Amino acid sequence: MMRPMRATFRAVLALALGLCTLTAAPVLAQEPPRIVIGSAVIEPMPIAVPTFVDEGGAGDYARQISKVVISDLEGTGFFRNIGEDAHISRITSFDGGVAFEDWKAINAQVLVTGAVSVAGDRITVKFRAYDVFNGQVLDGAALQFAGTTQGWRRMAHKVADVVYSKITGEGGYFDSRVVFVSESGPKNARLKRLAVMDYDGANVAYLTDSNSIVLAPRFSPAGDRLLYTSYETGFPRITLMDVGSMKRRTLEEQPGTMTFAPRFSPDGGTAVFSLERGGNTDIYALNLSSGQLTQLTNAPSIETAPSFSPDGRQIVFESDRSGAQQIYVMPAGGGEGTRISSGKGRYGTPVWSPRGDYIAFTKQNEGRFHIGVMRTDGSEERLLTASFLDEGPTWAPNGRVLMFTRETSGGGGQASLWSVDITGRNLKQIPTDGPASDPAWSPLLP
Amino acid sequence: MTLAAKSLLLIAVLGLAACNNPDRYGAGGAGGAGGAGGAGGGIDTTGLGDPNNPTSIAYFNQRVGDRVLFAVDQSTLSPEARSILSAQASWLNQNSGYAAIIEGHADEQGTREYNLALGARRAAAVQNFLISQGVAASRLRTISYGKERPLEVCSEEACYAKNRRAVTVLSAGAGV
Repeated sequence: MMRPMRATFRAVLALALGLCTLTAAPVLAQEPPRIVIGSAVIEPMPIAVPTFVDEGGAGDYARQISKVVISDLEGTGFFRNIGEDAHISRITSFDGGVAFEDWKAINAQVLVTGAVSVAGDRITVKFRAYDVFNGQVLDGAALQFAGTTQGWRRMAHKVADVVYSKITGEGGYFDSRVVFVSESGPKNARLKRLAVMDYDGANVAYLTDSNSIVLAPRFSPAGDRLLYTSYETGFPRITLMDVGSMKRRTLEEQPGTMTFAPRFSPDGGTAVFSLERGGNTDIYALNLSSGQLTQLTNAPSIETAPSFSPDGRQIVFESDRSGAQQIYVMPAGGGEGTRISSGKGRYGTPVWSPRGDYIAFTKQNEGRFHIGVMRTDGSEERLLTASFLDEGPTWAPNGRVLMFTRETSGGGGQASLWSVDITGRNLKQIPTDGPASDPAWSPLLP
Repeated sequence: MTLAAKSLLLIAVLGLAACNNPDRYGAGGAGGAGGAGGAGGGIDTTGLGDPNNPTSIAYFNQRVGDRVLFAVDQSTLSPEARSILSAQASWLNQNSGYAAIIEGHADEQGTREYNLALGARRAAAVQNFLISQGVAASRLRTISYGKERPLEVCSEEACYAKNRRAVTVLSAGAGV
C-alpha cells in the first residue's frame, strides 16, 4: 500500500540527507539504500552493475543479461548506472571478496554482482545486490534463477525486479508482457493486428493477421488468455484468445448487436463488456464457462470501458448520462453507480490499479488529451501527461507505472506507446517496430 | 444477361473486393462507393449502375445522397439530414430489391471505445428514421466503426465535420 504522503516526504528528506553525508562523512552506519516512489523528484540513485561473471559456456549471455538489468533499472528513472570505465575494481569471481572501498570511492550506493552459466539449453543466473556502504547483501537479494537460454531476458528482468523491489519497497514489473495493436497503412485505411512483446518492446510476436480490425486487448489475470474486440465476423464482437494455442472464439454473437470493450474479472471467470442494441450501449457480464449473460447497467446513455476493482467487488466505468463522459463506480453485480470524476472536461477509459489505490483515466479538456490518476473516490486527481491525443492507460503489475497510446495529429499522424510513472516522472516512448496502440500490461510472470 | 443481373454480379465482386477497400467506408462520395482506384484495384464504377438510372446504387449514392453528418458528440438528425434521409427512405421504398448497412462513424476527438458507441448511436438514429418512413427493419442493419475509418485525415474541423457521419451502404438483396 501507498504510504501516507507526509511519511513519504520525510523518507525522501531522509534519503536526500543520507546521500549528502555519504560523500561527506562515510563513518556512521547508514539506513539501507531506499527510493520512495510517489514522492517529490529525487536524484537517481548511483548503482554499479559490473558485467556478470561467465561461469562456463555463458558466452555473450553474461554481457547481454547485465545490459538488460541496467536498462531495466535505469529505465525507471530512479537509478543511474556507473559505467564500467569508471569502476576501480573488477568482479572476476562471483564468490570472491568485494572491495567495498573501491565501490564507495565511485559513489555507488548499490552494487549488483552476478554470474551466468550455460549447459545445453539451460541457463543459470545468480546474483547479489549489496548495500555498498554497509558492505552487506541487501536482505533477500541473493538469488538464483534457472531456465532455458531462450528465456535469458526474463532472467535479467527477474534480477532487476528483485533489486528494484528491495530498494523501492514496491513490487517489480520488468518480467512482464504487453499486448497491443500493431498498426500499418494510411490513416483512412489503417491495418491492425494483435501483437505481444516484453514490457520494454523486445521479443515481439504477432497473434492475428491484418485482415480484420482489432481493438483494445486485455490480458487475463493469469496472463494465459486475451479478450479483445474484433471485426472478424464483419461486425465488432468481443473475442477470447488462448495465448498459447492462439485459438480464438467470438463471444456473444447476437444479431443486430455490437459487443466491445471486454475486460476480465480478477478471477478470470467473467468478462464484462459493452453491448450495443438499437444505438444504446450498456455494460453486461458474461460467465465465460456457463455463457450466462447478466445486464449490469440499464440506461439510455452510453455505458462502456468497465474495469473491475482488484477485489472483484466493484466496477469502474464511463457513462455520458450527465451529458458528457464521466467516471462512475458501481457494485460488481450492477446498479446505478456513483459518479467520482468532478473536474472540468470529459473523463473516460477508467482502469483500476492492480493495487486498488488509484484509478487511471483519459481526460479531454480544451482540445487536449491527458492521462491521469485519481483516488477511487475521485479525490486527488493528478494529470500526468498532455498531448494532442493520449488515451487508454494500462497499469504495470506493481501499480506504479502506466503505459498508454499517444497519437500525433494530421494526415501523417501515427500512434505509439508511451509510459509514465504515477508521479508524472519518466515519460518515455516504448520502442516498437512500427506504429502501435492500445497497450495492456500482463501480470508479473511466474 | 440483363443489366440488372450484370449489376448484381458486379456488386457481388465489389462486395468481395471491399474487404480492404477504404471506399467501403463511404469514401466514394460523388464517385460512388465503388470508386475503387486504390486498394480495390481497377474495378469499374459502372458496377453501381448508371447514375442516370434512378434504380441504380450510383443514383442513390450521388443523387439521393448516401450520408448524413452530425455535430460534435451528437447523434441528433439535423433538418438537412432528415431531408436526405426522407429521400433515402422513399428511394428504398421504391427499390425494394436492396438492403442497407448503415455505418456510423466518429471523428478522432474522443476515446476509442466511446467513439464506437457514439458511431452506433448515429447509425441507429438513421436506422430509426428510415424505419419511421416505412422502410422495413429487416432490410436495415447497423455497424459502428467509431474513429477507425476516417474519410478525411486532417486534424481540423473541416475534416472532422466530414468524418462525423452515417453512411447508408446498399447491397443487392431484400434483407441483411
